[in-house]
Amino acid sequence: MRIGSRLAAHIALAPALLIALVAYCGAMSWTIWISFTNSRMLPSSVFVGLRQYSSLVANERWQVSVTNIAIFGLLFISLALMLGFLLAALIDQRVRGENLLRSVFLYPFSMSFIVTGLAWRWLLDPTFGIEKVMRDLGLAGFHFDWIVRPERAIYTLVAAAVWHAAGLVMAIMLAGLRGVDPELWKATRVDGIPTWRVYLFIIVPLLRGSFATAIILLATSVARLYDLSVAMTNGGPGIASEVPAKFVMDHLFDRGNVGLATAAATTMLITVVAVIAPLLYWQQSRPGARRTA
Amino acid sequence: MFTRRSAGLAVAAMFVLAAPASAEERAEVIHWWTSGGESAAVKVFADQFRAAGGTWVDTAIAGGANARTAAINRTVGGDPPTAMQFNTGKQFDDLVENELLADVDAQAAAQNWKAILPASFVQAVTRNGHVYAVPVNIHGQNWLFYSNDALHRADVQPPTSWEDLFPALDKLKSAGLIPLAFSGQKNWERNLFNNVMAGRGGHDLFVAFWGKRDVAMVKGPEFRSIVETYKRLHDYVDPGSPGRNWNDATSLVIQGKAGMQFMGDWAKGEFTAAGMTPGKEYGCTVLSDHGMAYVMGGDVFAFPRLKDTSQTKAQQLLARVLLEPKTQIEFAQKKGSIPVRLDVDTSSLDTCARKASGWVADAKAQVPANELLSPPALTGAIEDIISQYWNDPTMTTDTFITKVANTLSQQF
Repeated sequence: MRIGSRLAAHIALAPALLIALVAYCGAMSWTIWISFTNSRMLPSSVFVGLRQYSSLVANERWQVSVTNIAIFGLLFISLALMLGFLLAALIDQRVRGENLLRSVFLYPFSMSFIVTGLAWRWLLDPTFGIEKVMRDLGLAGFHFDWIVRPERAIYTLVAAAVWHAAGLVMAIMLAGLRGVDPELWKATRVDGIPTWRVYLFIIVPLLRGSFATAIILLATSVARLYDLSVAMTNGGPGIASEVPAKFVMDHLFDRGNVGLATAAATTMLITVVAVIAPLLYWQQSRPGARRTA
Repeated sequence: MFTRRSAGLAVAAMFVLAAPASAEERAEVIHWWTSGGESAAVKVFADQFRAAGGTWVDTAIAGGANARTAAINRTVGGDPPTAMQFNTGKQFDDLVENELLADVDAQAAAQNWKAILPASFVQAVTRNGHVYAVPVNIHGQNWLFYSNDALHRADVQPPTSWEDLFPALDKLKSAGLIPLAFSGQKNWERNLFNNVMAGRGGHDLFVAFWGKRDVAMVKGPEFRSIVETYKRLHDYVDPGSPGRNWNDATSLVIQGKAGMQFMGDWAKGEFTAAGMTPGKEYGCTVLSDHGMAYVMGGDVFAFPRLKDTSQTKAQQLLARVLLEPKTQIEFAQKKGSIPVRLDVDTSSLDTCARKASGWVADAKAQVPANELLSPPALTGAIEDIISQYWNDPTMTTDTFITKVANTLSQQF
C-alpha cells in the first residue's frame, strides 16, 4: 500500500520533473555554454573563453546595474519588512474595520509592476505629478523631482516597489502574529514589559519562519526586477536606474548581442544561487521545520 | 531569461498547426506597423498584393524589436514567414551570414534597382554581390519641426542654420515656452546626437564615426565642438523630458507649449492626426552647416529561404509589388515617408516630403542613417554613453570623448 502510493506519487510528479529538467536545467546549461561563445544576434559555437565576461565586467552600464540592484535589494527588503510588520502589528490590535484595512493594504500587490510603474511615474513626473499639484496649490518652491535626477531615480523605484509589496509582507506577518499564544501576551503583561519590547525581543524572534518566507519572496522579486524599471524610468535618466535583468533583455533582443547577454544572465544566476542558498538552508534548519514538513 | 524567445517559439508552433494548405500565392508578412497611420500604410501593400492575385496574411507585432525577434525566432526554428520587416541596414547581417535569407537578385535586375533607387540604399541591402532585401521607403531622421504659433508668440523667425538656432531658443525660453520639446529616452538621445553630428559635421564626419569608427577623428577639435553643441541643447529642454515618449513631445509642439522638436519625418503623422498641415500651422526644416546633410534610413522586407516553391513564387510577387510606382506613392502618402523609387511623381506629397525628394535624388545631400553603418551591438554601446552624457551634469566632455573612443575601438 505504502509502496504503491509512493509509486503513484512519483508517476504524478514525473511530468513536472521532466519539464523542470529539460526546460530549466536544459535552458540554463545552454545559456551558460553560449556565454563562452562569440554569439551576436544568433547563437554561434565559436568558443572565445571568458571574453564576454571580461567585457561584461568592464561595461559601465553593467556596473551601474549591479550597484543599483544592491541598493534596491537592501532598501526594498528592509523597508518592506519593516512597513509590513508595522502594518500587521497595528491591525493585530483588533482594530475596527480590520477586513477592509487588510484588503486596502494588500490591494497594491494585485497590480502588475507595469501598472505600478506607470502610476508612480505619473505621480512623480515634475510637470504633471505631485510637484505640479503642490505648486498649483501655492507652494511655489516645492521640489520633488527625484525621478528625473540621475542620482535619485533608483530610490523612486524602491518607493514604488515597497508600496507594492508591503501588503504581502503584512499578510504573512499577520498570519504569524495570529499564531502567537495569547498566554504569552498575558504573561508579559503580568511582568509589566512594555509592548514595543515584547514585539522586538519576543514576537520577532518567534516569527522567524514568517520573516524567512517574506525575505525569500521579496528577494525573488529583486532578482527579476525588470518591468518596474521599464515602466517607470526605462532605465533612465541616462543609465541611472538600469538593472541586471534589463541589461540581459536589451542585449539579448534589441542589441543582438546574445553572447554578452548570456554572460550577464549566468552571472546573475550565480549571484542568486549564492544569496538564496543560505536563506533556504536557514529556513529548512530552523527549529520545528522538520515536524511541520 | 528566455521567456520572450520561448513565447515566440510557441506562437510559431501555433502557426504551423493553423496554416491551411494552399496552392495560391499566399504571403504571411511580419511587420511592426501598428499605429493608425502605419496600419493605413501597410494596407496599401496588402491591397496591391491582393490586386496582383496574392493572398496577404497580416502578422503585425507591436514594437520593432518584438517583431524582429519573433520573425528571427521563427526563421531559425524552421517555420519562417514569407516576408519580414527590418530597418534598412545591418539588422539582418547575421541572417545572411547563416544563409537563412533568399536573395532577390532576379527582382533587382528586372526592375533595374541601380537606376531607380538611391545608391546607398542598394548598397545597404547588398551582401557579397547579392541583394537580400527590398527597400520600401525612405525616412528622414533629422528634421526640425516648429510650431508657427509658438514662434510667432516669441517673435522668432524659423531658424535656417545651427547659428540661428540658439538665439531662437533663447527667445522662446524668455517668452516662457519650452524651447525644445524632447523625449528623454535612450534612442532619442542618440537620434538628437546624430542630428547635431550630421548637421554640424556633415556626411564625412558622420560616416567616419559610425562607419569607419575613426578614433582619431573623435579626438579632434571638430568632434569636440559637436559634442559641446549637443550638450548645450540640454539647457533648452524641460524638467519633464526624461522618459517622455516622442509623440508626447510632438504634442507639446502641436499644443504650442513648446517651440521646436528634432525628430524624424514620422512625427508628421502626429501633426496630421491633429488636423495640421505642414507649411501652415507648423514648419519643417533640416539644419546643416555643410550643404545639405539629410540623414536617410528606412524599412526593408527580407525573405527567408524556403523549400516550398509556391511560397517562393509568393515572395517574388510580393517583392515586385512592393516597388511598383503606384504602391510606392500611395504608401508614402499614408506613412509620411518618401518613396524609395526616385522615378515616381512626388507632387502629391506634402511640402516637407517634396523638399526631401529633391535631396534624395542628390547623392551629395545624403547621409546614411546610423542603422546602415553600425551593427546594433555597437550602436547600443555608444547609445548608453550618449545617454549618460546627456543626463549626467557632472560628466565632462573629455570623459565622454574618451569613453566613446574606447568603445569604438572594441570588437563588435
